[in-house]
Amino acid sequence: MLTIAMPKGRIFDEALELLRQADYQLPPEFTESRKLVIEVAEEQMRFILAKPMDVVTYVEHGVADLGIAGKDVLMEEERDVYELLDLQISRCHLAVAGLPGAKMNEIAPRVATKYPNIASTYFREQGEQVEIIRLNGSIELAPLIGLADRIVDIVSTGRTLKENGLVELERIAEVTSRLIVNPASYRLNGGDIERLVDRLAAVIPQP
Amino acid sequence: MAKKLFMFEKPLGMRDTLPFLYELKKQVRSVMAEEIERWGYEFIETPTLEYYETVGAASAIADHRLFKLLDQQGHTLVLRPDMTAPIARVAASRLYEDGNPLRLAYNANVFRAQQREGGRPAEFEQIGVELIGDGTVTADAEVISLMVALLKRVGLGRFSVAVGHIGYVNALFLEILGNEERASALRRFLYEKNYVGYREHVKSWPLSSIDQKRLLDLLALRGGTEVMEKAKTLVTSDEGRRAADELEALMAALRTYGVAEAVKLDMALVSHMSYYTGILFEVYAEQVGFPIGNGGRYDDLLGKFSRPAPATGFGLRVDRLIEAIGETDVRGDIECIVFSQERLAEAVELAEAKRAEGKRVVLQHIAGIRDIDAYSQRYRSIVYLLGRSGRDGQ
Repeated sequence: MLTIAMPKGRIFDEALELLRQADYQLPPEFTESRKLVIEVAEEQMRFILAKPMDVVTYVEHGVADLGIAGKDVLMEEERDVYELLDLQISRCHLAVAGLPGAKMNEIAPRVATKYPNIASTYFREQGEQVEIIRLNGSIELAPLIGLADRIVDIVSTGRTLKENGLVELERIAEVTSRLIVNPASYRLNGGDIERLVDRLAAVIPQP
Repeated sequence: MAKKLFMFEKPLGMRDTLPFLYELKKQVRSVMAEEIERWGYEFIETPTLEYYETVGAASAIADHRLFKLLDQQGHTLVLRPDMTAPIARVAASRLYEDGNPLRLAYNANVFRAQQREGGRPAEFEQIGVELIGDGTVTADAEVISLMVALLKRVGLGRFSVAVGHIGYVNALFLEILGNEERASALRRFLYEKNYVGYREHVKSWPLSSIDQKRLLDLLALRGGTEVMEKAKTLVTSDEGRRAADELEALMAALRTYGVAEAVKLDMALVSHMSYYTGILFEVYAEQVGFPIGNGGRYDDLLGKFSRPAPATGFGLRVDRLIEAIGETDVRGDIECIVFSQERLAEAVELAEAKRAEGKRVVLQHIAGIRDIDAYSQRYRSIVYLLGRSGRDGQ
């Protein structure tokens, strides 16, 4: 039995679709229930539904053998897991955004983000010293009301930025969802995991 | 009354070992130590504190994970983050004199600071060996076989040893990429287990399709000895061939030792321990998401202590090993004698007699017990010497 940690929300449906394309027989009512652990006996699979940021934690600790996580989460968390496949789903990118024409505060430039690790690494690599302010959501708010000069967040269509009068200033990295595997599971359940990887690899849309 | 802040708290990652766990650790430790001694290794101890400049720098543990402190003269000290570097120091300065192989073992707590959530101790016990001064593949085979023997002795069910060769990876990268800078960029992806990034990176370089394929094929070289055929065709340089030959010889030796079935090759294995120079390995067990031990050849480490010598060894983590073995009831086999004042002499005599037989005996005055029912639950058996009846009444 393989335990797979799945992110709730945006990525979930696309990942499920991909698994179905790979000919895994998953029940149609999957998403409707509020259960956090769903067993699919006929496929010898167990799904656990977690917050996207937590998927990597479950997999690193080995309570899930595999997981599906965005590259943004992997970059932020830097966990010791195998990143085996780029699933090419939930495409977006990490970007720096701000109000058009707004300059960074000279004394204490501030950046608001859900991704403090990515943001501080990025600005350090640019040779800029900034102060990071961690937020949990609605990051776009921060420059509007003067909490920060810049934000670092994922951008998919750019609509949220636009509607809030923000512009994308720099692109940090491309993001898609990845298949990740716990190192111990990778060694001990090798066969099962390899089959899953092969089946998924065969149906991943090539970019 | 307000409780004192931190009264029951411990610094992040520090753990107590209560009696139940202590018994379990003791048992696991003694079984393994006995086996290690049977293989002729001699145990040594080294100090908990070492100089940052020497052992701290020689250790492969990242700087931010070292516990550092200052001594009275202002020198930076570290709590030893591993045992390999201290043993290399001792061997280089004292023991490794005639250049003949030296077999040393250790059983000690090591310290690695951590910032993340719980579930990761910052101090943990390691048991392991170092075989210094023997550069042969048989030495590598011996330490792997000994490690497998230990895991079997402690009753570990399913486990798997992944074996690779850092010299092979280096040779392959260097012959295709031409320079160390590119090679190290690619090695970093393997070390981070980021195969997606590895593939993207390989495809982004202007390489011939054959060379690209060679680099991509590396990721698939996992399994039994059948992998060796393919592995040998992938490299062309002398270093690469030599590394592949070493691995092949290792697998043959492991078959002779009878442990080959526990071992899987993984040609893309790159360890977080940066001092490895040749064959390296990691061991995983069911029920534990993290490696329970690792090891490998580190032929350059003793040179950092001015006495170059080949060396290989492994370290097993006792905490993860216990997690892998699962809970077994090893409650201490302790008997209790509860006595009243007038029969103290008799109780002491009885306890001494039992202790002389090697039994574990608690001697407890009845007046010191608050709840006799709860107290008696703790012991396997309990003898009451109460009241005036004395010896005659027994």
